Amino acid sequence: MGVEGIGASVVRKEDRRFITGKGRYVDDIKLVGMTFAQFVRSPHAHAKIKSIDTSAAAKMPGVVGVLTGKEIVEDKIGNLICGWAITSKDGTGMKMGAWPAMAPETVRFVGQAVAVVIAETKNQARDAAEAVVVDYEELPAVPDIRAAIKSGAPQLHPEAPGNVIYDWTLGDEAATDAAFKSAANVVSLDITNNRLVPNAMEPRAAIAEYNEAEEHFTLYTTSQNPHVARLVLSAFYNIAQEHKLRVVAPDVGGGFGSKIFIYPEEMVALWASKKVRRPVKWTGDRSEAFLTDAHGRDHLTKAEMAFDASNKITGLRVKTYANLGAYMSLFSSSVPTYLYATLLSGQYNIPNIFAEVISVYTNTVPVDAYRGAGRPEASFVVERLMETAARQLKVDPGELRRKNFITSFPHQTPVIMAYDIGDFGASLDSAMKAIDYAGFPARKDKAKSEGKLRGIGFSCYIEACGIAPSKAVGSLGAGVGLWESAEVRVNPVGTIEILTGSHSHGQGHETTFCQLVAERLGVPISQVQIVHGDTDKVQFGMGTYGSRSAAVGLTAILKAMEKVESKAKKIAAHQLEASEDDIVIENGEFKVTGTDKTIALPMVALAAYTAHNLPDGMEPGLKEGAFYDPTNFTFPAGAYICELEVDPGTGKTSFVNFVAADDFGRLINPMIVEGQVHGGLAQGIGQALLEGAVYDSSGQLVTASFMDYTMPRADDLPSFKLNHTTTLCPGNPLGVKGCGEAGAIGASAAVINAITDAIGNNRLEMPATPDRVWHAIHGNA
Amino acid sequence: MYQTTYHRPSSVDEAAALFAKGSESKYLAGGHTLIPVMKQRLASPSDVIDLSKIKELVGIALSGDALIIKAATTYFDILRSADAKKAIPALVHLVSVLGDPQVRYRGTIGGSIANNDPAADFPAAVVALDATVKTNKRSISADDFFKGLFATALEDGEIITAISFPLPAKAGYSKMRHPASRFALTAVFVTKTKSGDVRAAATGASQNGVMRVPAIESALKANWSPGALDNVRISADGLLTDIHGSSSYRANLIKVMAQRAVTAAG
Amino acid sequence: MPTVKLTVNGRAVSADVEDRTLLVQLLRDNLNLTGTHVGCDTSQCGACVVHIDGQAVKSCTVLAGQASGSNVVTIEGISKGDELHPMQAAFRDNHGLQCGYCTPGMIMSAIDIVNRYGGKLDEDTVRHELEGNICRCTGYHNIVKSVLDAAGRMKVAQAAE
Repeated sequence: MGVEGIGASVVRKEDRRFITGKGRYVDDIKLVGMTFAQFVRSPHAHAKIKSIDTSAAAKMPGVVGVLTGKEIVEDKIGNLICGWAITSKDGTGMKMGAWPAMAPETVRFVGQAVAVVIAETKNQARDAAEAVVVDYEELPAVPDIRAAIKSGAPQLHPEAPGNVIYDWTLGDEAATDAAFKSAANVVSLDITNNRLVPNAMEPRAAIAEYNEAEEHFTLYTTSQNPHVARLVLSAFYNIAQEHKLRVVAPDVGGGFGSKIFIYPEEMVALWASKKVRRPVKWTGDRSEAFLTDAHGRDHLTKAEMAFDASNKITGLRVKTYANLGAYMSLFSSSVPTYLYATLLSGQYNIPNIFAEVISVYTNTVPVDAYRGAGRPEASFVVERLMETAARQLKVDPGELRRKNFITSFPHQTPVIMAYDIGDFGASLDSAMKAIDYAGFPARKDKAKSEGKLRGIGFSCYIEACGIAPSKAVGSLGAGVGLWESAEVRVNPVGTIEILTGSHSHGQGHETTFCQLVAERLGVPISQVQIVHGDTDKVQFGMGTYGSRSAAVGLTAILKAMEKVESKAKKIAAHQLEASEDDIVIENGEFKVTGTDKTIALPMVALAAYTAHNLPDGMEPGLKEGAFYDPTNFTFPAGAYICELEVDPGTGKTSFVNFVAADDFGRLINPMIVEGQVHGGLAQGIGQALLEGAVYDSSGQLVTASFMDYTMPRADDLPSFKLNHTTTLCPGNPLGVKGCGEAGAIGASAAVINAITDAIGNNRLEMPATPDRVWHAIHGNA
Repeated sequence: MYQTTYHRPSSVDEAAALFAKGSESKYLAGGHTLIPVMKQRLASPSDVIDLSKIKELVGIALSGDALIIKAATTYFDILRSADAKKAIPALVHLVSVLGDPQVRYRGTIGGSIANNDPAADFPAAVVALDATVKTNKRSISADDFFKGLFATALEDGEIITAISFPLPAKAGYSKMRHPASRFALTAVFVTKTKSGDVRAAATGASQNGVMRVPAIESALKANWSPGALDNVRISADGLLTDIHGSSSYRANLIKVMAQRAVTAAG
Repeated sequence: MPTVKLTVNGRAVSADVEDRTLLVQLLRDNLNLTGTHVGCDTSQCGACVVHIDGQAVKSCTVLAGQASGSNVVTIEGISKGDELHPMQAAFRDNHGLQCGYCTPGMIMSAIDIVNRYGGKLDEDTVRHELEGNICRCTGYHNIVKSVLDAAGRMKVAQAAE
């Protein structure tokens, strides 16, 4: 390994532009003749649109156009789709209601767009949007799961009777029921997995430009996967054919899943840019983000775990209702099914698992993948059950877990996943040592003498990342393959460009991907440039989510590198009059092993492009591409332990220590990996203690700004203690597993387990606000 | 934001005259309440009259038995005022937990009490310290000044010029922050006056904004100690219930915050 | 439209803007200083923090007219040519940023914190003082580290001057 190779904590290349204010986000871009869009949004959760009068708005100063949902339907712009087909237990397909980009007849959530005003300035657009008169006939609204499944509940979509999208099962029901019948002990829990708002700090934005002469569109957008955006906009939404649509995702200010999906706003911006023959910019504000970004989580679950007399788990039975909101967002159907129920085995040997998931429509904004996507919900179910079982069975929570850990690999769970490798005991040992578990009782006593309630909580999570083997996900209903592509271009002067279909929106690809090149060729990372986020530059790619960019994206680069190296070695051997097999690459040079004969990479590159003296029959140039399709998911896993204190007077929680021991396989850049863990932990802790999206009974979003929705701040969080244990992933040549979501997946159960330990009451919902904790201590007095 | 006209007067009289001229004028001090509301188009003043650059409205003075803080003095200036720290350290503590550093640079004491947000910090101090609010027209006692949710005794166009705080024998402030907004979920300011009287004011707890808490005042008058409140029961009637705290929780907080304020006061 | 005159990053500038224009709009739209960001509409996230007359202020909550006559410094104005401000360098060296969106406001606030506290900073103080800046990526761990690191560097830099 060189100083900039794999395993080195190299400082990020991309940082210079961010710390000097030179980042280029969508809203920073100005086009000549650019106009501004302001959407007219529904104030009602459920209503019929009786009429829309745009005449006054059209006459306002600076207005270029006022467009409505009726017109977008007339122009045959396609409805938004969900790209993962789920089949119900009765064999029927999922029930997808129509979702036009702007509502022509019916609105189904507060904030749904019904019209758009395009004007010369942002203020003029907003002034005129207020002059659009919409006459609504309010309909009864269904604000949550319980309301949606009540008999006689108002119906959202005619396609979905009872508001049920699908009723899906996984696992062997009869065998699981039998395990419960013969169980020595059964532990059960009712769990609410609270609804979250992703809140990437950069609000979504889009700029659309239509070139009349070329009949060509360009879209600058806040996307985690610009190629997928182009594919969907082209193939399903009828905006333009793929070769007539360029999608650029420049610097993107965080995503956490919420910028995977194609939203109505970018569709409308594209369509409108052709209508008004001017570039159209839309920049969402935070209020629009709360109302229109896909939310995350929102499950109601009943979970039961069966144990034999020796405290071995014999069965797990889970019934979950998932809220998908008013419409099915792009990957929404897969989140509570194949990304959730397939992880219910956790780190444990569980012979029988049965899960039933019923997804429902409600009059709320759509729910889709948010950091972890299904896996945090699964991990929370399993780890809350384990902690509850330890208390009920009166055994140490660490010991109960250890007793049930999977210890031999590969391991086939009863819920599809085949774990390739892991050492769960090693992670747990590492975490328990780091937190000084043995010393906890004494610390608890001391805290008690100071009037504080101290608790400790475990969470041993596993996730399926490196999404995903295309054939496998195809057989489960996915509408796309989940491989990744890359191209390695060595320029005639020896500098290198890496084109990747992955997209960095904070993950540091511009550094880590260069580190692979530095490792292989021994060149400094300053000689390497990463090109991404532009469909005109990169041929194709599936983007960044599901902790896939190292395991899948970087492996694709490795495959392309291998091809480049092979050709370069042939050229070097030819130039040095040596055998190709004797060529090794060191410090940017091709060397005949055992001699002092070398040729530097720039000379090899120059030879490739001058083509004056290449081996017979060799094509000029030094550029190779590769597609990589993984053979399996990867399985990052770890043990988190949280120690905290509760102030019984206020119910306020304060952290004492938070330890994370993760196994991510090989680390490319430990500094960046740790940063990913910190951020994930903050979101997991945020879910446990602070964050929760709340709609009132009429479907109004109560938590519609940072004034009511609690974002974690610096003084809400501790510094984290991180450890790593390592088992190399056998499924990819780099041995990497992925690290982007772990913290968000593992943290919340550790926190809730610790608080319930501290207060001696296991009934506590997330977010565990001081109010809720205080009531859990003192009852409802 | 709707169209508006911005004015920057240099005297109180000029400000009052500008206010009278506008069809729907608003005074602006730190602007950290008014501007966000204007951005959301929930307020549409014809004229915005900036008081923050009026020199006669800025300054802190210790005079005899009172600490006088002029209305456009920023929180930051209070925070670093040696006079304020010496005279009423509880007031400086209150400022240190009010808003965030950027708000403290801009926000003013006059703006806070004129706005009378039901969860703002300063109204609790003004009431508990029995301060006098001075305006360009008159003096108003604290008990007469606050009139419920966002309402005060100020007449249209009247400008707060200063707040005069009598120096207490003891004073303390304890705040349970609203986790999202960082206003008071419930906070209590307690004062023991030099004459031995006790005043306690809670903010963030009631629908009507700042309120005195007689049960706490009488218990502390009898015995100025946190333990004196152990058996005091605060009724949840009329207290706020929202997603961050039930009325019973807020009732509990009034007591607990009062105990901690007494401890802080010494 | 009235003319607003002020100094931005050491240069005298003037712009004709509506009275309803916010300082952040003046900076981004009129002066093309797009390093200052907008992340919320309730004056909480701090992505828009700039210095007005040496104080960290949320430029989304100041009218351009209020800043008239003042000295404004943005993220684009703190490095000396190619030489990064110690706070910028500390954020880079400690991986104090990920997506970069909150970073300019975070750095401007952090400089203000160190200016006020000098060397007397500890972790709890930094966390409390960062209350007005929201980051969704880093969990603040490395931001806190960056600020503490920069406090040391800025002290050294001041001593050298």
